[in-house]
Formats: sequence, structure tokens, C-alpha cells
Amino acid sequence: MASHRILPGFRLSLSFALTYLCLLVLIPLVALFTKASSLTPQQFIAAAWTERSRAAYYVTFSSSAVAAMIDTVLGLMLAWVLVRYDFPFKRLFDSLVDLPFALPTAVAGLVYSSLYVKKGWLGQFLFPWGIELAYSQSAIIMVLTFIGLPFVVRTVQPVLESLDADVEEAAACLGASRWQTFTRVLLPALFPALTTGFALTFARAIGEYGSVVFVSSNKPKETEIAPFLIIQKLEEFKYAEATAVAIVLLIASFAMLIVINTLERRTQAANSAAN
Amino acid sequence: MHSIPKHLPTAKVAATSRSRSAQEDPWWVRWTLISLSVLVLIVLVILPVANVFYHAFSNGFGAYWKNLTGDPATLHAIQLTLFVVPIAVFANVIFGVAAAWAITRFRFPGRTILTTIIDLPFAISPVVAGLMFVLLFGARGYFGPWLQQHDIKILNAWPAIVLATTFVTLPFVARELIPVMEAIGSEEEIAAISLGANGWQTFWRVTIPNIKWGLLYGVILCNARAMGEFGAVYVVCGRIIGKTETMPIRVNTLFEGGTAASYASSFAVASLLTMLALVTLFIKIALEHKTQADLKEAAEIQQTE
Repeated sequence: MASHRILPGFRLSLSFALTYLCLLVLIPLVALFTKASSLTPQQFIAAAWTERSRAAYYVTFSSSAVAAMIDTVLGLMLAWVLVRYDFPFKRLFDSLVDLPFALPTAVAGLVYSSLYVKKGWLGQFLFPWGIELAYSQSAIIMVLTFIGLPFVVRTVQPVLESLDADVEEAAACLGASRWQTFTRVLLPALFPALTTGFALTFARAIGEYGSVVFVSSNKPKETEIAPFLIIQKLEEFKYAEATAVAIVLLIASFAMLIVINTLERRTQAANSAAN
Repeated sequence: MHSIPKHLPTAKVAATSRSRSAQEDPWWVRWTLISLSVLVLIVLVILPVANVFYHAFSNGFGAYWKNLTGDPATLHAIQLTLFVVPIAVFANVIFGVAAAWAITRFRFPGRTILTTIIDLPFAISPVVAGLMFVLLFGARGYFGPWLQQHDIKILNAWPAIVLATTFVTLPFVARELIPVMEAIGSEEEIAAISLGANGWQTFWRVTIPNIKWGLLYGVILCNARAMGEFGAVYVVCGRIIGKTETMPIRVNTLFEGGTAASYASSFAVASLLTMLALVTLFIKIALEHKTQADLKEAAEIQQTE
């Protein structure tokens, strides 16, 4: 890579980027871990592992997992339909998939809180059936499903587009039914992309606050999510307890980041091997 | 939506028609899946957007306008958002360009780690991000006493809102630029330098024109996220009505207001943010075509060499 030394600006750009990251990301992270390490292990567990916080983790992680699962199924269907079929207004629907990325989460929360109440646009049809979604954990799952909708679609779509038609032809020639081809040939090929999409949705959902706070009743031990608990502790000036809960959340996020990076590297390796 | 180029879908059909029989699903499968997908998008996406405008305009346009402009606190929230967001976006553009230049034009140890660190803000919950700034600058935080002595206000004031917004939107521009600059390659820049241009001339006359659409794309996404940021700002801004509320925070305050009037006002502010999202989406689609064309061109040039 000797040719790259011809270009100027290496020191300037790198030192600027590093200083910026240090000031904005690394120093705040160090502050968080320093605060956490000022607690003894017993104190840390007493703060991070109370009955209330365990319930909050449960609500956060179970709602995120269910939402990510729903998004994986819906995302696969949407990607399939958008890649394989033609229908009126297809491009419009395709671009609507990205709306949850562009819409502020507070707006998503506000509007989802109004849709499923008794007199809401959708609630009025669901209430007679005894389906009361508003302010429950189902409401949290609904809004997290909305927030994470684009991830699976956008990770599966390019993979589905690049799949070779020959493989499906071969499967059909060998006598496989369309369903067999889908489950035995296409699904395994899409699996890495589906898992990446799931992980991205899940990672986004466990940190989500803005939308959930509107739709949930935020009752401790019932519908309180971990980020809400952090804010409660902060408002009581219990910095150490807030930090302990934040560390648990952060470790989960970092674990997801590692999973996502590994998966993406594998997908890339598989793609370049196929080419 | 009349401007959708009609030739695109047909080109796709022509390309795949060869393998029609093996890739084609029975009509009832196709029909069911299309209807289900459209239904999902209507229930999850279209109805919510329509609902925002329905509530915002439920008492007519006059009431809507009064809800927005008649409340000084709402007006201040709009002003604060329009003040904070450009600073955050500008900072992240400078950072994004610098980081992308270092990462794509040079090989150095720790390059992959740097790319991962840039992604970190996406992995950190906005609430945790806000908490980190409280730990640093809060009255009981690490720099709190020093800041108080020197009478500098960061937390519960605009500097903290800028910091939190910048943190949350940090990766957008860099993430957008790195693949674009990687794909374009450095041949043109090296040519410019060997013809005697200096670094800045090369940057402004060669690099910037090459990456302008990718850069704009990153700016648009960064801007949308910055204007809508809630969790991190909520933690650091102190939510002082008429002083430190941004638009999304104002939506929340009005929502919690409890009266029918404040509920309608909340939707009025939300409708502005929804329009922003729709405009963002529109520009994004337009830019995606341009960046893809740029990338294709770059790939073709590299193939002919």
C-alpha cells in the first residue's frame, strides 16, 4: 500500500477523528465504568439485581425478543414480496418500509398510544374481542415491532436479489416442490441475513426508550423497561444504581454488536466466495 | 408519485424472465403474500402516519395553526431544535469526512477497531448515552463541581443537548462515506497530487465532487435522527418548559399535559416531525438512485482499467 502514502492528510484526519471519538465516546464510557467500579461487587449486585430491576430486564429482553421474532417473519415476507413479485405501487410500499427509521420515536410512541385505546382507530375493532393492547406489554411489543421493521427487510433484500436462479432451477429439475426448494435451498441461504436482521432489531429494541414510554403504563415490575428504570433512578439522584442497571444493558448491547459484526463478516465472506 | 420511472420494473422482469418457471410461485401464494404484505404496511406504517395528521387537524387548520404558533413554549422548542441540530450535524460531517479519509485512504494498525468504535453509539441505548453525560457534567458528576466554580452550565442547558444529539448521530455520515470512498478508490486523487495539486485542492476539487451524493445522504439521515432524538436528550435537558425542550420532548410534555387541548397540540408538533420524516424519505429515495449510479460508474471505470 505504498501508493497510499502519496496522499496527504493522514495525520490530520486520523488525529482529528481520534480526538473526536475520545471526547465524545471514550471519555463518557470511561466515566460510566469508573462510576460502576466505585461500587463493590456486593453493592453492584444489590443495585443491578433487585426484584424491580430483574422485572425490568425481563420486560425489556422478552418484549425485544418477541418483537424481533415478529419482525423476522414479517421482514422475510416483505423482502420476498418486494424482490420476487410485481404489483401496483410496489416502489411506494418499498420506500414505506424505511419510514420507521425516519420517523422520530416520540411520534411513533404518541401515535401508537392513540391507535389501540378503546376509541382508537384499531382499538375500536379489537376491544369487542377482548383484545386490550394499550398500555400493556403487548403495546410495548407492537411499537418495538414498528421501530425494528426495516432491519430484516433491508438485510434480507440484497441477499435475495443476489441469489442465483440456477439453484432454484436445479432444485425444481431434481423434482423438489416449491415448498421444498424454499425450506431446503432458499431458507438456509437466507439464514445468515435473517439472523443479522434479528440481531439488529433486538439490539435496537433493548435500548429503545422514546416510543415505549408513550405506549406503556410504565408500572414497576409489570410494564417498566430497563431504560425507564435508569431514568427513575437518575431522577432520585441514585447515580450508582442507575449506572449499575446501565452497565447490564450496555453489556447486552455490546454482546449483540459482537454477534452482528461476526455475522456480517461471515455473510460477506460467503458472498465473496459465491462470486 | 407520477415521477416514478416506469422503465425500472420492466427491466427487472426482462432480466428474470429466463428463469420464470423455476422461480415462479403459484398464483394463490403470490396473491396471499402480496395482500398480507400490503396489509402489514398499512396497519404498521400507513395508518399511524395518517393518524398523526388526523389528530393534528381534527379541529381544523385554524386550531392546528394556533396550537403551533400560539404557545411560546412550543415555538421555543422548535427554535431550540433548529439551533441544536445544525451544530450536531456539522460536527458529525467534519468527523465523518476525516474518519472516512483516514480509514479508506491509508492502512494503519487498529483500522478495524476504529471502524467498530465509530459504530458504538448505535449499540448504546440513548438513555445510557444521556446517563454518561450526567455522570460527567451533573452537579454530582466528575466535572460538576469544577463547572459550577467557573459558572459554566452544560447539563440542563443547550450544550448538553448538543452533546447528546451529536453522540447519538455520530456514526451516520462516517458509515455512509466509508463504503462510497472505498468503492471510488484513490486513483483520481493520486493523479491530482502527482499533477501538482496540493492536499486541500485535491480534496475540494476531486474528493468532494465524487462523494457529494453519499455525503448528502449521510447528512439527511443524520439530520432526521438528530431532530427526532428523544431518549438521550430527555436525560440531559432537564425538561424546563420554554427553555430546554426540543420538539420531541415538547411532544412528550404536551402528551402528559392531560387536557384535550394539550393532546391536540402534542399531535400538532408531532405532525411537523412526521412531515420531516416524509421529506427525509423522499430525498433518501432520490439520493439512493444517484449514489447507486455513482457506485456503478466507479465499478465500470475500475473494470475497464
